[in-house]
Amino acid sequence: MSEKTVDRSKRRFLIAATSAVGGVAALGGTVPFVMSMFPSERAKAAGAPVEVDISKVEPGMLLNVEWRGKPVWVVNRSPEMMDLLVKHDDKLTDPKSEAKQQPDYCKNAGRSIKPNISVLVGICTHLGCSPTFRKDVGAADLGADWPGGFFCPCHGSKFDLAGRVYKDVPAPTNLEVPPHKYISDTRLLIGEDSKGA
Amino acid sequence: MDKMTQLLGWVDDRFPLTKMWKEHLSEYYAPKNFNFWYFFGSLALLVLVIQILTGIFLTMNYKPDAEMAFASVEYIMRDVPGGWLIRYMHSTGASMFFVVVYLHMFRALLYGSYRGPRELLWIFGMFIYLALMAEAFFGYLLPWGQMSYWGAQVIVNLFNAIPVIGPDLSVWIRGDYVISDATLNRFFAFHVIAIPFVLAGLVVAHILALHEVGSNNPDGIEIKKNKDPVTHIPLDGIPFHPYYTVKDIVGVAVFLIIFFAIVFFAPEMGGYFIEDNNFLPADPFKTPPHIAPVWYFTPFYAILRAVPSFAGTQVWGVIAMGAAVVVLFFLPWLDKGKVKSIRYRGPIFKYALTAFIISFVGLGWLGVQPATPLYTKFAQFLSLVYFAFFFLMPWFTKLDNAKCKPEPERVTG
Repeated sequence: MSEKTVDRSKRRFLIAATSAVGGVAALGGTVPFVMSMFPSERAKAAGAPVEVDISKVEPGMLLNVEWRGKPVWVVNRSPEMMDLLVKHDDKLTDPKSEAKQQPDYCKNAGRSIKPNISVLVGICTHLGCSPTFRKDVGAADLGADWPGGFFCPCHGSKFDLAGRVYKDVPAPTNLEVPPHKYISDTRLLIGEDSKGA
Repeated sequence: MDKMTQLLGWVDDRFPLTKMWKEHLSEYYAPKNFNFWYFFGSLALLVLVIQILTGIFLTMNYKPDAEMAFASVEYIMRDVPGGWLIRYMHSTGASMFFVVVYLHMFRALLYGSYRGPRELLWIFGMFIYLALMAEAFFGYLLPWGQMSYWGAQVIVNLFNAIPVIGPDLSVWIRGDYVISDATLNRFFAFHVIAIPFVLAGLVVAHILALHEVGSNNPDGIEIKKNKDPVTHIPLDGIPFHPYYTVKDIVGVAVFLIIFFAIVFFAPEMGGYFIEDNNFLPADPFKTPPHIAPVWYFTPFYAILRAVPSFAGTQVWGVIAMGAAVVVLFFLPWLDKGKVKSIRYRGPIFKYALTAFIISFVGLGWLGVQPATPLYTKFAQFLSLVYFAFFFLMPWFTKLDNAKCKPEPERVTG
């Protein structure tokens, strides 16, 4: 074949077509690698619901439960704590729990099913540290008007005993309330609710 | 012709050995006026070699398993002969890598080494810096101590702040809903093979780009403008080997004295090189009372904390922290000065650079302190100074041009 008969547009087409098809194949080749980095079946199975006996959680006490490898707090709020809980709405970012950080059945004053039992994922909504339980009312380092709640040691975010975030702290939203339901009066199932979520 | 010369000839016919030796060492002409600041490039290469060598030997006894990782590090420290030395060389090497690289980058700021025609050299260098940060971050999880765990928790959760894909992205990075065995195992893979591979490639690109354009020097003038008419060798250039190889060996000797003084006498550096909390095994249920990253990340961490959440999201702090690193890439185009070296710049640039260094060091200090309201105010102010240095640079360097001193024709001192 002499130089004159070379069809350049055909060459360009073939180069473009093979590059495009090859590119799609290369892209498809990355799929198994990307997929392999998602949680494995075993990790997903470990995310199953957990059942907790709350009969021994006295008023004012916190029970730490593991669910999906995260700390979940079950707090039995005493009557004094419940009284203080409604007095500082003006200091909170989202006192009415408008942001979807809780199942609909917990969008109420106490962010809970039973008024006194609060169930919260114990992970700060800022950067995932686990806040500390500070029930000492008027603690020296948190101010005389501290009604008891949770304080994140990493970046100083503050939450009340319903997990509602204070204004002017790094955390943007209230603590998450996990899906949960009561199997009996004292047995709590975390990770599953009546809707089967 | 003796046997060695014959052998060399045989190799040269098949591989460009002598050609490479000449191009990169014996006939690579570097400016004759290098000073103290020019030690840190070769020292960075030395630390890279130390890290790779010690790293290989650490993997012989380390177990990337959440149940065994912490104990295997203690095993290396107590039971493996010389294991403590190899491990402390590796942990000290990580911090010293950043010491050397920060000084190397500061040198570029002093003498305008990032300016044209060295933009790509600077960009390769910035990618090395990014790879180094990734390498340090992945490596810090491996001992599986409290600070490893919670540091990784905080950093991976940064991705949560990205709108829409954030939560899924952070699950994908971790391979689990929390930092777990899956995360440790993949971070090990990134730390020992993926990132070192990238790093080595980038270092080669960095050196090739340097040798293509030629080294800058403390006067910030191009030595290639004045060449010997006959030999075409720059008049102010001297062969890298033997002149700078010998000079760098002096730097290496002094550096190793300091390096091993730290390894032997202060490997934890008072909690700055290895944090106290990392001597406790990782506990997902107990956050340490005060989380601070290792010192080399603290300036950026302070910027992250300085930005409050706004409009229901904390993505702004993450953006600011990312921008603080990314903005460095654009330095070659932000600087409109007509001279490169600080020696001939006017006073405005000198004040601006001083303010920038104060902000960087200040933010670094604030990043290890607890976030009190007063410190947050300081961090906000210093973050503004940090960004102002870059965003105002096109203007203040132009203003500064009026006060510039004339550059010399040939290198001085």
